[in-house]
Amino acid sequence: MADPIAPRRVPHLVPRPVQDYARLAWTWTRTAFQYPAGLALMTTGVVLSVVAEFGAVLVVFWRAGELAGFSMAEGMVVYGLAAAAFGTADLLMGNVERLGERIRSGELDTMLVRPVSPLVQMATDDFSPRRLGKILPALGILAAGLWWAAPEWTAGKALVFAVLMVSGVVICASVWLVGACLQFFVADAREAANSVTYGGQALTEYPLAVYGQGIVRAVTFTVPLAFVSWQPVLYVLDRPDPTGLPDALRFAGPAVAVLAAAVAALAWRTGLRHYRSTGS
Amino acid sequence: MLVHGAVYARGLRRYSTYRAATLAGVLTNSVFGAINAMVLLALFGARPEINGYDATDAVTQVFIGQALIGVTLIISGPSLDLSTRIRTGDVAMDLLRPVPLQSWWLAQDLGRATFAFAWRGLPTFAVGALLFDLAAPDAPLATVVSLLLVAVLGFALRYLYTLSGFWILDVRGLWTLMGFVGPVAAGMMLPLALFPAPVADVLRLLPWASLVQIPAEIYLGKDTLPGGSALGGLALQAGWATVLLGLGAWVTGRATRKVVVQGG
Repeated sequence: MADPIAPRRVPHLVPRPVQDYARLAWTWTRTAFQYPAGLALMTTGVVLSVVAEFGAVLVVFWRAGELAGFSMAEGMVVYGLAAAAFGTADLLMGNVERLGERIRSGELDTMLVRPVSPLVQMATDDFSPRRLGKILPALGILAAGLWWAAPEWTAGKALVFAVLMVSGVVICASVWLVGACLQFFVADAREAANSVTYGGQALTEYPLAVYGQGIVRAVTFTVPLAFVSWQPVLYVLDRPDPTGLPDALRFAGPAVAVLAAAVAALAWRTGLRHYRSTGS
Repeated sequence: MLVHGAVYARGLRRYSTYRAATLAGVLTNSVFGAINAMVLLALFGARPEINGYDATDAVTQVFIGQALIGVTLIISGPSLDLSTRIRTGDVAMDLLRPVPLQSWWLAQDLGRATFAFAWRGLPTFAVGALLFDLAAPDAPLATVVSLLLVAVLGFALRYLYTLSGFWILDVRGLWTLMGFVGPVAAGMMLPLALFPAPVADVLRLLPWASLVQIPAEIYLGKDTLPGGSALGGLALQAGWATVLLGLGAWVTGRATRKVVVQGG
């Protein structure tokens, strides 16, 4: 596609949308820091939400001893992975869930006439570092859980685990985007989509074996949330799948991530093509 | 009283227009209820009884909690339009009315709560009853009274959060904080029976517990209620309702003396 404005002389190593994303995200970050008290308060709120959620997980494991064969340390790994992946996806892509509002207010039209991808604009709009208040504690919980559960590490295993974590983030972001794209077709779909996005997060915070085979299969083969926390945990702890699915699935994360991203991109393009401005 | 009746009816009618949002709410509450319930079933699979709660009790409380989200709005953001009106100054108009500010908004919010209970709460509970084994109410009459008090208490708490807007202009931080304290302290996130006993005993006496934990215990007929019976639970709820509405009236007085209405 030809660039509608004269291209700036920038090295082509980094794709244009990524550059735009970084620039806009940085702008919004500076904006957020203009109100340091508000930012501090909202970050505290996000941290407290992690404390509350994780507190609930701890209470459940403390009472149960072992939940579906998983110890508290292993439960911490599951929670840490799920919260870190959803937190990162929320930071990078979470704002697309406000698509419905943008359509109603006409802001989407403004975005469409600008020479930057509307998806990048939508994702970076109101980008806020307060979401680090979720990611950092989640990574801390993950690290503590891994230290406590003490699996055997090799360099290769650490590398594969890192790839699986990144795949989890991509999968979460894709699910989020597909959920948001529903709003191109049904204006009030935001809360219904929440049952998949936030509901999905709540689901993956516990070892999936808790929910029984039917749900494990559903989140493996339809909405692939099993690859966010469940399969990576099975890999890193080197456990056989208690729900009877093949153990090779734990390596499918990256492929599933690519597929999910492709579906999300298709949903976005279809939605955008379907969109007819009111012209006002 | 007639005015309040009319405001109540308008509140009810107004919220009945948001059909798609109500349906989406039922879906979301049911999904979260089901997830919570399955986790608790796994927990009670390992330990059949915890502090007098068995699996059925816990799952029933989960769905009572989810069914009451729409009524109490315990986890949403600023849910009284009053908070926008305080920020924009429209509240001056409300203060001109020959009806006290608090009772006007109470009537409107009870209308909203009635609609939310009938079309969001009951269907969510019905979905729960379809999917899981739920307990039947131990004391149906006491439960109904308790639910009425829940609606009043839910309003009284949110009214107080909202009035803080007269002093701190951006109430979002407070709402965020309360959005997390509320569900935990109410026993909505987990039944308080699962918490360490000393913590649970303190939380039971705070106003938030009267939104979910106390009504759930009345529904289930638990002897952990204050005084060991449904009556004690109702007394606790009614006590908090009186205290919080009284506090609301007092704070309203303080706040309105602070408002400066500029002419024009």
